Amino acid sequence: MTGIGIDIGSIATKGVLIKDQSYYRVILPTGWNPRAAGHEAIAKLLALSGVERHGVESVVVTGYGRVAFDSADRIVTEIKCHARGVSHLYPEVRTIIDIGGQDSKVIQLGSSGQVVDFAMNDKCAAGTGRFLQVMATALGLEVSELGNVEDPNKLLAVSSMCTVFAESEIVGLLARGNPKEGIIAGLHQSVGKRVAAMARRMGVKPQVAFTGGVALNRGVKRALEEELECSVMVVESCQYTGALGAALLACQSGKQ
Amino acid sequence: MSNQYIAPFSNARDINLMQIKAAKASGRKVVGIYCAYCPQELILAAGAIPVSLCGTREEPIPAAEVLLPRNLCPLIKSSFGFAVTDTCPFFHFSDLVIGETTCDGKRKMFELMHELKPVHVMQLPHNNVSPAAFDLWADELRRLRLRLEEELNTRITDESLWQAMELVGQERKFIKAMFDLNQADPPLFTGLELLTVSWSRNFSSDKGGLIGQLQQLLENVREKPTGTPAPRVLLTGCPVGLGSEKVITVTEDLGAHIVAMENCSGYKTVDLQYDNTIDDPIIALAQMYLGIPCSCMSPNPQRLELIERMIADFKVDAVIDLTWQACHTYNIESYHVGKLVKEKGLPYLHLESDYSNSDKENIKVRVQAMLEMIEK
Repeated sequence: MTGIGIDIGSIATKGVLIKDQSYYRVILPTGWNPRAAGHEAIAKLLALSGVERHGVESVVVTGYGRVAFDSADRIVTEIKCHARGVSHLYPEVRTIIDIGGQDSKVIQLGSSGQVVDFAMNDKCAAGTGRFLQVMATALGLEVSELGNVEDPNKLLAVSSMCTVFAESEIVGLLARGNPKEGIIAGLHQSVGKRVAAMARRMGVKPQVAFTGGVALNRGVKRALEEELECSVMVVESCQYTGALGAALLACQSGKQ
Repeated sequence: MSNQYIAPFSNARDINLMQIKAAKASGRKVVGIYCAYCPQELILAAGAIPVSLCGTREEPIPAAEVLLPRNLCPLIKSSFGFAVTDTCPFFHFSDLVIGETTCDGKRKMFELMHELKPVHVMQLPHNNVSPAAFDLWADELRRLRLRLEEELNTRITDESLWQAMELVGQERKFIKAMFDLNQADPPLFTGLELLTVSWSRNFSSDKGGLIGQLQQLLENVREKPTGTPAPRVLLTGCPVGLGSEKVITVTEDLGAHIVAMENCSGYKTVDLQYDNTIDDPIIALAQMYLGIPCSCMSPNPQRLELIERMIADFKVDAVIDLTWQACHTYNIESYHVGKLVKEKGLPYLHLESDYSNSDKENIKVRVQAMLEMIEK
């Protein structure tokens, strides 16, 4: 049984190929052309696994670029794919927090891993990877550095949730000579508050899993734990969860 | 599908416009209305034509934002934008416009509209149970009657009012019969077809003709081939019209059926019936209209009862609750609706949006995820 799952996100495209018990995965920047990124991910997966294209029974595509992609056997939402991916790895998880490049979502799972409810942020960059990326640029850092540079003991509250206002707010904080480490802790807290509010509205049941590219940032994990007052587990290979779920669904639909 | 039966309704707005223009030329009066609370029976009894005014399209919103705040619901901005740019022919032909105080935004917007047209604002109470609320509303109906008589230079007799009530009651009966055909599985009409009929009927200048058309539709549609089985979705929340139907098209493009709509031009008002044993038609009208389960009433348990009934009658698989941005009453009431729907074990999706297409993809992923929850 061989299936491919492709998650075309706003920043990165992730691919997972499952062949019997073997898993292969790739990640590449989406760039301006989500369709080309999807094809490239498939080509890379085939090269990596040595599987021929006709040997793949089903391709399931998810992510914001899913509609632009032209050779999917099935299109599934990120919500279902994340649920499938996480519950495969951790059947005990009941709440998923996913923070990606352009949206954040909270998914509530039932006892068999099915989606019971979900919430997504509105059309705004607040509480997403994009927010952190803009702030990293303003601070002269790479977005991947934020988690290691922060110092929660020096935390400076950043009150603006809006990306544009928060950017001017931190420029002001820097101008007054405040330390970067404290500002970054404040930014993480801001993302944590925003996403935790969305999660609490739906109800947070343990175990809580954290997925998406932003889950690589330990500062956001810390902020989420503080806001939710419970432990938050970062999912293994957190960027690939959606693609993994898609690949699992591809294998499942191939069987039917 | 049943497009051939729906076609007369899709052209109705344009045809009615010509008829209204001709009626105006022959000296008849036109009264523009915005809301389901407006007792159009009084307008008919005054010998005038009640017609819905434009307010469901995005185009005139920038013009409205010159005077109104941006952070206001698109329905209010669109209504005002059409008026201020004089791009709604029905507004243009109206001798009088009637507004209701269903929310703060409308209440204050009508103050600005006074500069463009004679506007009569009916004060709605905030609840529909207390005797004082009822008395206020009955008085408002009497005040409207006087205003219409004065403005249109006519007399509204009780007899003509009872006749108008009978006529409008007939129209509601036929609209309800049409909506109820969608209890069949698969449904007879798409959501867009339901909207086309229910929305365009509000522009009709001739109630008798409209009732005939509806009768014709009901007779013809029996021969209609049925559609394919698919998830059955109930749409509730803020009013939707042609021009702001994106949630319906997105949902139906994803393969589901919008089988019913519990909003203002939909099912919310089709059950309205008056008590004909009452002597005073004003009291009968006041009772009937105060029964509309609008979120501007507090509390509003009747809406939840209606939704519950519709979920059962229309064999609903999921509920979408649409709130236009800055509509606080529907937005907050979504808490109760969500609770009710989830307790029934059905997926519930609350969407907050405006008339623009900028969030169409965001809506699509949410609706698709909701539909995935129905797949077993």
